[in-house]
Order: sequence, then C-alpha cells, then structure tokens
Amino acid sequence: MADKTTENLERWCSGEGIDFINGEAEAAYKRRARRIADVIQLKIPDRVPIVPSFGMFPYLDNGLTCEEAVFDYEKAHQAAMKTLEEFEPDMFLGSGYAFPAPLFEALGYKQIRWPGQEIPAHYVYQFVEDEYVKAEEFYDHYLGDPSDFMLRVYLPRVCSQLTPLERIRPFAESFGYYLTMCGSYAYFGIPEVQEALKALMKAGEESLKWVSILGKQAEEIVSRGFPLFEGGESAAPYDLVGDWFRGTAGVMTDMYRCPDKLLAVMEKLVPISIKMGLDLAKDTGHPIIGFMLHKGADGFMSPEQFNTFYWPPLKKVMMGLIEEGFVPLLLCEGEYTSRLETIADIPKGKCIYWFEKVDWARAKEILGETVCIRGGVPASILFSGTVQQMKDCLKEVIDVVGKGGGLIVDCGLWFDEAKHENVKTMVEFTKEYGVYR
Amino acid sequence: MTENLITLLVELKEQDCLRVTGERLEAGEDPHKIVEDAREAMKIVGQRFADNVYFIPDLVYSGKILEQISEIVKPKLSQKSQPKRLGKFVIGSVAGDLHDIGKNLVSFMLDVSGFEVFDLGVDVPAQAFVDKIKEVEAEVLGLSGFLTSVYQAMKDTVEAVKTAGLRDQVKIMIGGGVMDDEVKKFSGADAYRPDAMAAVTLAKEWIGGA
Ligand code: B12
Repeated sequence: MADKTTENLERWCSGEGIDFINGEAEAAYKRRARRIADVIQLKIPDRVPIVPSFGMFPYLDNGLTCEEAVFDYEKAHQAAMKTLEEFEPDMFLGSGYAFPAPLFEALGYKQIRWPGQEIPAHYVYQFVEDEYVKAEEFYDHYLGDPSDFMLRVYLPRVCSQLTPLERIRPFAESFGYYLTMCGSYAYFGIPEVQEALKALMKAGEESLKWVSILGKQAEEIVSRGFPLFEGGESAAPYDLVGDWFRGTAGVMTDMYRCPDKLLAVMEKLVPISIKMGLDLAKDTGHPIIGFMLHKGADGFMSPEQFNTFYWPPLKKVMMGLIEEGFVPLLLCEGEYTSRLETIADIPKGKCIYWFEKVDWARAKEILGETVCIRGGVPASILFSGTVQQMKDCLKEVIDVVGKGGGLIVDCGLWFDEAKHENVKTMVEFTKEYGVYR
Repeated sequence: MTENLITLLVELKEQDCLRVTGERLEAGEDPHKIVEDAREAMKIVGQRFADNVYFIPDLVYSGKILEQISEIVKPKLSQKSQPKRLGKFVIGSVAGDLHDIGKNLVSFMLDVSGFEVFDLGVDVPAQAFVDKIKEVEAEVLGLSGFLTSVYQAMKDTVEAVKTAGLRDQVKIMIGGGVMDDEVKKFSGADAYRPDAMAAVTLAKEWIGGA
C-alpha cells in the first residue's frame, strides 16, 4: 500500500479538479508536477526542476516599484503573470510575496516598514524586529491561553489600532450571565474599542480582496499548466518565539534564564504549527508546506543548543505534517553546514531542504540519500554576476548536487533585484544542462 | 569564601555573579576591582568566541550579565581612577539598517580589548554620528550595514563627516553582511574588515595600541 506522502503526491500530480486551458497545458502540468514529486522521493526525474523563488523580482522586472506591488493587488497580479509567461518555471507562487500593505496599515502594524512610506518606494518591505513582549508577559500567559495572549497582549502591542483590545475581558470568561457577559461586554461599547473593531473590519476587507485575487490567480496558473509553489506555511517553534514575541537577543537569553518555559511554550506551539500548515494546505490541495528558518543557522546557537531548542520542536512539527502526507520544505537561511548531521535525522524521501549557504558537496554527501536539496545560485551572482558566471555556478551545482536526482535549482533566498538575463540563464541553462540521460 | 567573579561570569552564572558583586561591595571592596574582574572575564568570553567554543547567545547573555553588574557597581565608582582606555570608537548601524547582532559583537570585542566604545544603535542618521564624534573627540568610526540598499547611507555618512570637517581627525572602517572592499571604495571609508577580531586588530593599528 502506498504511504500517505505518495498518495498525496500522486493526487497532486494527477491534476484532478483542474480546468486546463488545453491538452498541452494538462500534459505540461503533469510533467512538471511529476518532476517535483520524483526529486522529493529521490527518484531520478527527466531533468532537474527549476523553481526560482521570485521575491519582488516580478514587479521590479516589469517596471513597478515595490510600493505599487504591495498597494495595488491587480498590478502585482499582472506583473506576476508576465513573469510566469516569460520564465515558465516548474512551480510558481503568483503574487503572494507582494503582501497587502493596506491590510497592515488599517491595523497600524509595527512589525513591517512599507516601501513608499518609511522606506523608499523601490525597496522591499522590511521586517522590524524587537522585544515586543517581555519574558514575564509572555511565557505563563501563552502557556495558559495562547489565543487570549494573542488577542489581548500581542496584537494590541504590535498593531497601534488594536491597542484598545488590551482592555476587553478574556473570552475564556464569557460564560453568559451577569458580570461575565452583561458587565464585561461593556468594554465593547467604549469608543476606542469600537474603533479597534472597525480597524479589524477594514483589515478583513483588504484581506478578502487580496485572497480573492490570489485564489483566482492560482486557478489561472494551474490551468495554464504550472503547479503552484506550495500549499501552506508553517514555522519552527523557536523562530515563532524569537521572530514575533521575544526578538533574537530575547529568545537567546531565555535559553539560559528560563529554558524550561521556553521548551514548554515550544511544545505548546508544535500542534499549533502543524495545524497552521495543514489548515492552509488542505484547502489548496498542494503537498508542500514551507518553513522559513531564521534563527538556527551556524553561529546563532551552539550545537547543543541547536539540538535542544531548535531541532527537536521543529522536527516534531515536520513529523506531524509528514504523517499526514505533506512535504516540509525548509528554507534554511544563513549558513547551515554545521547542522547537516542533525537535520539528516528525518524519514527518507519526504522533505525538501533549501539552502542559502552551505558546503554543497557535504550537503549532498550527508543528505543525498535522505532529502531533496534545493538552491545553488547565490543572490549576489543573480544581482551582479555575468551570464558565464551563472552558467559556471549552475553547472557545478547540477554536477555535484544534482547527481542522481534530488536537486531543485533555485536561488538561496527570495530574490528581489536581479539581472533579467541572469534569471533567464538560470531557467534556460537548467532546462538544457539539467537533463538526465 | 571569595567565589571568583571572573569564573562565574565566564561560566555565565547570572545569579551568582550578581550575588557576589553585591557581597563584595558590602564587604567594602574597591568597586574598581570588581569592574576589572568583569572586564577580565569578558576578555575570556571573547576569546572563547574567537575559538568557536562560545556562540552568539553566549555573548549576548554575558553582555546582559555585565550590564547588570555595571548597574550595581556604577553608583559607587569614583571618576578619577577609571582604567585608561586605548582610544575612542564610535559605532552604529547606518541609516536604514536595523541589523545589530554583528555590530554588537564588534562593540563587545572592542570594549573587552580596551577601547572606549560609543555604540549609537541601529538606523543611525549621518548627523548623529557626526555629533557623537565631535562630542567625544573619537579617533575611529565604525559603520555597520547588512543590506545592499544601505551602500548609499554608508557613503552619505562618510560625506557628512567630511563636510563637518572631521575627516582628518577620524579613521573610518566599515563592515557587516554585504560590505566589502568595493563598498569601501564607493563610500570613501578607510577600510573594510570582515569580522570583529579583524576590527579590533585594525583599530589597534590605527590608534597605535597594538
Ligand atoms: C538576523 C538577520 C536579520 C534579523 C536582524 C536581527 C538583528 N537584531 O540584527 C531581522 C529578522 C530583523 C532581519 C531583517 C531584515 N533582513 Co536580515 N538578515 C539576518 C541574517 C540572517 C543574519 C545577519 C547576522 O546578524 N549575522 C550574525 C553576525 C554575527 O554574523 P556576521 O555578519 O559574520 O558578523 C560579523 C560581521 O558582520 C562584522 N561586522 C558587523 N558590523 C561591523 C562593523 C564594522 C565597522 C566592522 C569592521 C565589522 C562589522 O563583524 C561581525 C562579528 O564578527 C542575514 C543573513 C546572512 N547570512 O548574513 C540576513 C540579511 C542580512 N537580511 C537581509 C534582508 C533582506 C533583511 C530584510 C530587508 C528582510 C525583510 N524583507 O524584512 C530586513 C531588513 C531590516 C532592516 N531595515 O535592516 C538580507 C540582505 C540582502 C541584501 N543583499 O541586502 C540578508 C543577507 C538575508 C538574505 N540572504 O536575504 N534580518
């Protein structure tokens, strides 16, 4: 009997439920999806798949500013579709990287600076990290009631428009009856809280607008014969704590000051992260679930710390997804060479590890029998290298990492600015040189 | 009973460090001795980092412990017998850049190597660098940047130092993720260095404390 991963990949490869524009598109879709399924399962495909992780590139390359891309969803969509047509990658994201800035503006969200607002119009939006909640405000509350923490502490802290929500009473106490509802719902009557609720409604409208465009776009992409990029997103529990609540230095010190609480919260985050991935992926029917790893790179913690705080909770999340037949795709940001042995401990043929910087030969040696590797093109070469440099570097990665399959060619990160001809070379040279005989 | 503050700090025993600091002050010890010990400990921490025994979290945490020791000791310190420092170093992440982990390590290593460091934080406008250099009469300026988009801010900062007439007084080095010798040329800085150890070595060469 086929395992769940195979079942899920086969369903995805079959293209069932897709309304293809013609037979050619249908055949192309099946070829592309098969290629990806093969490399995931460590079978030799017809050729090395090429999946450029377009960050803001489609917009900049098509004459938009980043500001236009994040404020005008329709323009972003048009630009993305042009990029699809021009490069014909084996999987494609659409315009999902151009986040809807108006949604965040409606909330007064502080964790991103937007192009054209705080930063120049041609810059990609920027994440603003901080210690948004202190350890004392975070651990016990989150362990006790994560939703309450999110609603009444975190969101009010990072969204200026939602600050009044600090004042409402915990929903866990909403038992009906006097004092609980009769009295405590008075907070929803005060003007500041009502303004906050209106901000949420406005954000909701923007969100709906954005996902509607993306939903239609997704149908268009697959109907033309291109599998989508991924089905959902999840994250490493350590990153969730560090990125959103405690900051890099904060979560680092928590490893010494309150290791047990940090571990407990991450344990709590495991089922939440699994569900987060599945909720989205079950809707989209796409087997790949992305992770962007931020805080576990070489140097960011000792090997012992990585083996205690970073990898075990992350592995639990991955296993939870694997058990349901989904394929974790780990974007390992930063250098990862010293982590290779640890992360090799995962079932065979069920994941994709995507590296930014790694000793590629060692990665192939250690992981080659276990997981599919993705990456190989440094952003710096895409940005300023020559076509010949592109070819040299592609040749090397295909020869070394692509030997016997198990490679998806890509840049090591979501790229924004890049020379058009270099991206073209990345795609075309891989299609030509990456054929297995 | 003299538990060794140096060992405790090197081993990152936060509570013990604070307790011993308090005990030593209460026993009437010269606070400068405590500061000296702490500095000695941080030197060892820095060495362990250079030797790949310690990692970024160890440095971050030791920094937090040191901060608290300083807070306890500071009110008791007399001005006069501050240990002599090698030279004054102003550092910060340039305008538009919020990365500070690398810069903090540089500050840290400079500090434990005997420099008086004025760390202006992140997203620092050119003018703030200029003001600080003037105020403290700094000898070296260190600019940190991790984004290609801040090459220009590097250049603008060097220009601002020039315009303020301070360029002869201060040597400028740059560093951080995407910086290199090309950016050094572009910005008009004096040198690029790839890491904290190299920054310290160069600063010593410049100031003559090598
Ligand atoms: C951690 C990190 C973040 C954290 C920063 C946390 C913090 N408090 O610093 C967060 C998540 C906030 C972040 C945000 C962003 N980041 Co960032 N980030 C990184 C990452 C992963 C590591 C950088 C780091 O701290 N390394 C650890 C240090 C200790 O290592 P190191 O660099 O070797 O350190 C030495 C040198 O830097 C040197 N040094 C440092 N300063 C100085 C100064 C002087 C004078 C000298 C001599 C030496 C020197 O000494 C250090 C110690 O030895 C890098 C990836 C990478 N591989 O570098 C991306 C990276 C720098 N980030 C990047 C980007 C794009 C961003 C964002 C724009 C992403 C976004 N869209 O939101 C924002 C920008 C925010 C802003 N305005 O600055 C890109 C930059 C690409 C580019 N070419 O411009 C990188 C390269 C990631 C990537 N590959 O895409 N980032």
